This record gives sequence, C-alpha cells and structure tokens, in this order.
Amino acid sequence: MDLFEYQARDLFEKHGVPVLAAAIATTADEAESAATKIGGKVVVKAQVKVGGRGKAGGVKLAENPADAREKAGAILGMDIKGHVVRTVMIAAAAPIESEYYLAILLDRSNRTFLVMASVSGGMDIEEVAHSAPEKLAKIPVSAVDGISLAKAHEIITAANFPADVSDQVAHVLVKLWEVFQSEDATLVEVNPLVKTKDGKVIALDGKVTLDDNADFRQPEHEALIDQAAENPLEAAAKEKGLNYVKLDGQVGIIGNGAGLVMSTLDVVAYAGEKHGGVRPANFLDIGGGASAQVMADGLSIILGDKDVKSVFVNVFGGITACDAVATGIVQALELLGSAATKPIVVRLDGNNVLEGRAILDKAAHPLVQQLDTMDGAADRAAELAAK
Amino acid sequence: MSIFLNENTKVIVQGMTGSEGTKHTRRMLASGTKIVGGVTPGKGGQVVDIDGNQLPVFNTVAEAMTATGANASVVFVPPKFAKAAVIDAIDAAMPLVVVITEGIPVHDSASFYAYSLTKGTTRIVGPNCPGLISPGKSNIGIIPADITGAGPIGLVSKSGTLTYQMMYELRDIGFSTAVGIGGDPVIGTTHIDCLRAFQDDPETQAIVMIGEIGGDAEERAAAFIAEYVTKPVVGYVAGFTAPEGKTMGHAGAIVSGSSGTAQGKKDALEAAGVKVGQTPSETARLLRAILGR
Repeated sequence: MDLFEYQARDLFEKHGVPVLAAAIATTADEAESAATKIGGKVVVKAQVKVGGRGKAGGVKLAENPADAREKAGAILGMDIKGHVVRTVMIAAAAPIESEYYLAILLDRSNRTFLVMASVSGGMDIEEVAHSAPEKLAKIPVSAVDGISLAKAHEIITAANFPADVSDQVAHVLVKLWEVFQSEDATLVEVNPLVKTKDGKVIALDGKVTLDDNADFRQPEHEALIDQAAENPLEAAAKEKGLNYVKLDGQVGIIGNGAGLVMSTLDVVAYAGEKHGGVRPANFLDIGGGASAQVMADGLSIILGDKDVKSVFVNVFGGITACDAVATGIVQALELLGSAATKPIVVRLDGNNVLEGRAILDKAAHPLVQQLDTMDGAADRAAELAAK
Repeated sequence: MSIFLNENTKVIVQGMTGSEGTKHTRRMLASGTKIVGGVTPGKGGQVVDIDGNQLPVFNTVAEAMTATGANASVVFVPPKFAKAAVIDAIDAAMPLVVVITEGIPVHDSASFYAYSLTKGTTRIVGPNCPGLISPGKSNIGIIPADITGAGPIGLVSKSGTLTYQMMYELRDIGFSTAVGIGGDPVIGTTHIDCLRAFQDDPETQAIVMIGEIGGDAEERAAAFIAEYVTKPVVGYVAGFTAPEGKTMGHAGAIVSGSSGTAQGKKDALEAAGVKVGQTPSETARLLRAILGR
C-alpha cells in the first residue's frame, strides 16, 4: 500500500524523523483554521498518490490563513493525472538553503535493502540517476544488520554530504531505518530532505510504501487505507477474501493461481483482437484448494460488474478439485437465479476433471458452456463478449 | 539425474502437525517422497500416523536431522512463524529448505535469505512457491504428482498453476525436474540458479522458463542464458495485460513505472535467443518443435 504524503509525515514524526508542523484539511474552512493554528506562511499541498503534482498546480505557497483558504479551495477537487484531490496538507513554510535526497527501499534484484542518497535532492531522482549517476550513492543494507549510526555515517560520506549537516543527516537516516523496519515498509523516501536557512535538517516531503503481507502484525495500518479510492467491486471482493483487480474490459475472468490468471488475461486479450478488441474485465484468483463457496463468491462479484459481457472460468486443478469448482458454479447460478444473464465459458483440467465436467454437463445450465482448451475457451469467451 | 533433489532425498516437514502440513505430507508420501519426520516446536516426542507411516515429531530441525538423517525440509508454517522456522533450518545447516508458505512479510524473507548467505550452507526455494518435483523420484511441496512422469524437460517457473499447466501440456514427454521458485519479491532460488543446474544436469535436454511481471529476474536470466546456457530454452511470460501499479495476486507481480513489464522481459529473452510463446500452448509447441516430438 502506498501512503499519502501526510500519512508518511505522521509516521516520520512518530519515529522521531524531524518534520514541519502540518495538518490536513478537506475543506477550505478547515484549511484556513489549520493555517491559523500553524501561523505564518504555509504551503498548501494536494494529497494524491501520483508524481508531478507541483507542475499540475497542486502545491501553492500561502501568505496567510485567508490566502490558504483560497489556495485550498482551488486545489481541492482538482484532477491530477486522474486522481481527484480530496485532501490537502497545510504545512509550515520553511526557508530552504539546500535540498537532499534519502531513500531506503527493497532492492529486488539483489534481494537486499538499499539506501539511495544524494545531495542533489528536490528533483526527479530517476532523472538524476539517469543523467548524473555519480551524484546518487547506492549502498546495500543487510536485512540482518540494518542501519547503525556508524553505517549511516558511512553512507552519507559516500554520498558526499557536507560536514556541517552530517550528524543531523546520519540521525535522520537511523530514524528512517526505524520507520522502514518497524512499520514493515518496502519504500521510505524523503525528497527533499532540506537544510533550512537556520541549519536544521528536515524531511519536507515523504513517500512510504507498506508491505500488505505484514498486516497481521501491523494492526494500525488498516486505518491508513484510502477507502474513498477503492473500487466498490474490489472492496466487495476483499471483504470475501478474494484476490480481485478491476480492469477495463468486457470478459470477466476467474481462475486459480496468480500466474495462470495473469496468463488467462493475456490469452483473452489476444483472442479479443479477432473479436473487435474485447479485453479482460478483471483479475480474480480464487487461490489453491478453492471451495465451492469461494467459486460462488467470485462468480457473483464478476456477474455484478456491469461492464462484463461474458465470463471465462479457467481452472487447472492442482490442489483445487475441479468437481468443487463445478459445484461452485452450479450453486452460484442457483443463488443468482434470473439475475445471472451472462454466458459463462468454462475450461477445467487437472485434479478431478472428469467429475467436474460431469457435474456441469448434468446441470446443463443454459448460460454455461464447456471447452477443452484454454486457447479455445478464451476465443469463445471473447467472441461472446463481442456480440 | 535431477536438480536439487533425487530418490534418496530425506525430507522433514516443518509444520507437519498443522492441517496444511498434514494434508500435503499425505500427498507427498503418496507420490513416493521419503518423508522421515516433522518439526513442530513444543510437540517434540510425538509420533504422527499418516496413512500408516509412523512419523516422529521433533522440536527443532537440528534434532530431526540428527535422528533421521534428513537432508531437505519443507515449510508449511503460517506466515507469522515462518521466519523462525526457516532460521531454525538454516542454523541446523539443512542443505535444502523449501518454503511453501504464502504471505510472509518481505522483511522476514529478506532477513532469512540474508542470514542463509552468512551461513552459506542452505539453499532456500520460495517462499510462496509450489516446491519442486522430479517425477517418480521425489516431490517436495504441493505440485500434483500425477500430471506427468520423468523425461528430458527441465522447468523453472514463478507460478504454481502455470507450472502444472505446462507439465500437463507436455505430459507425454515428461520432466527431469520442475521447480516452482515462487512469486514473492525476495526468493531464495532464482531462475538463474535453476538454469545453471539444468545446464549441468545430463538428463535435462531442454528447458522451459516461465516468468511474470515484476522485478528484473527474467532480464537477468536472459543475460545468463546468453552467456552460459547451450541447451535449448523456451520461455513464457505472464502479465502483458496487467496495469501499472497493481499487484496481480503474487506479492512480487507488479509493474512499477516502466520496469518489470512483460514486454521488456519477452524482448530480453528473445534477444538472448530464447523462443517465447504467446500462450502456454504455443510455448509447449515451441518446445515440441525443438525436441522433434
């Protein structure tokens, strides 16, 4: 899960990373009172999980509370690259002398953690990495050892931080490691980390990504979920414990195993090229050992998607038994009754396939048809969606 | 021959007394795997009867190895306890540890992987993987044993069900070993480790490599193939239709910006001389053409 800037800021504050006073607002009124509380000049910042908000006009300096009210009014409701601004952060304005960059992230390629540090902060770091790679220090960090104060000094020396800020930056880095580790983050980025005119080092903007697999030991993270941005179908699927991603096509997809479902989406998209460009409508993995109930839950989510014109159920039974899948389809259709109106193409193979196929044959539901191969079934589902 | 396991591999099951552990111990025994015991901290001294096999339970992997001579372990422990289980196996210098558990926090995986490197005596497969099978010899994990038999194909895949699908497509030819390496961002054994082992395995004549979106493991594997692998390799990559920034089931299956795309992986593999199929069936046909079957 990616966090909003203000959520990242709050995590920083919780772990002792120096940040500026700030508050969030969802209305112009709230923005004005937040600015009054903070006092002096403030910055009004759109809270969106996408880069380039500054260029899009989503960050404005405000001279006083009335100005903050006006700026917030203009920013709230803005559309930044498809993200509607529902919240702004009002933060104290800081006189900046220098801008740096610090990040701790998971380095998948090397299966370790990595610190990236640069004294050229404030801009797009991918651009720095590309145009002046010598300005970006990349230092591996062992998951076993972490970042001690000594390690932090080693990193900032490698990145050529000036001597007058080195103690402060080292302290920030140790605290950022604490955020990274104790919050189960996969990315903690500060850009920019600034030195103010009075010589203080402060995290001015932050980005944090949290590991969803760690939710079981991070009960506080649930409150960070952006409910408003969740697709209603995705939210409904999540409630049923289903792994579902809404896409923009017309063929509803249900399968077992992440790899096979991804592959099914691709095969449907290829098949769709021959049928007016129809595309997969979703990703839905019912997982290993799926029961009839899970199948029924999945099917009702997909049949509830108004964009879906046909459904493709693609199951290779490893642990999952095809007869359970077939029973699930039959039960789901009984449950839905006349609400089910879309054709369902089923391809079953693997564990208990003959029993599974026989159950569907016997039920002989008018909406269900079976095909033997994945490619053939994808083609039929695409054809039906194109009608 | 086979890679990483053979008919003499003696396996202990970490988490054998749990429901998943028991279920899959039964399946592994039925497919001929030499299961010699289990480990569940606090339940040491018990004996579990699984289909007539009397399997001793130990508190630690070290005790289990001393008592049974086990040289491989398979982990069915829930995410919360998985790190401790894997560390226990590494401390015992268990040569092969296959982590089936899905949903382990990446800080835990990164930590036990880093720890295994400091010890240098344990190969980890997974986590979030179906395990590995040499049909007719040994089966460690959850891959169905009845899809196909022994043969000349080596298979390495991030995905379980695509492994099954591909084994099914090529069931008349058979496999030396099929390895499901797992779909998490940090895994212990990579495509490259398997490609090297298949290249060096005299029984393997051709290799199927299945990848998916996320990370750059496939690009790295392509570079390795160009440099080291002389046996024919066919490839398949899943996730062409995956949108940017969305996790597709596997924790590691995510396109970030322009990196980790299926197209990038396919291009890299093709540049290394690997024939890449557009669908699993086409990939199987490409392999058949190479083997002339």
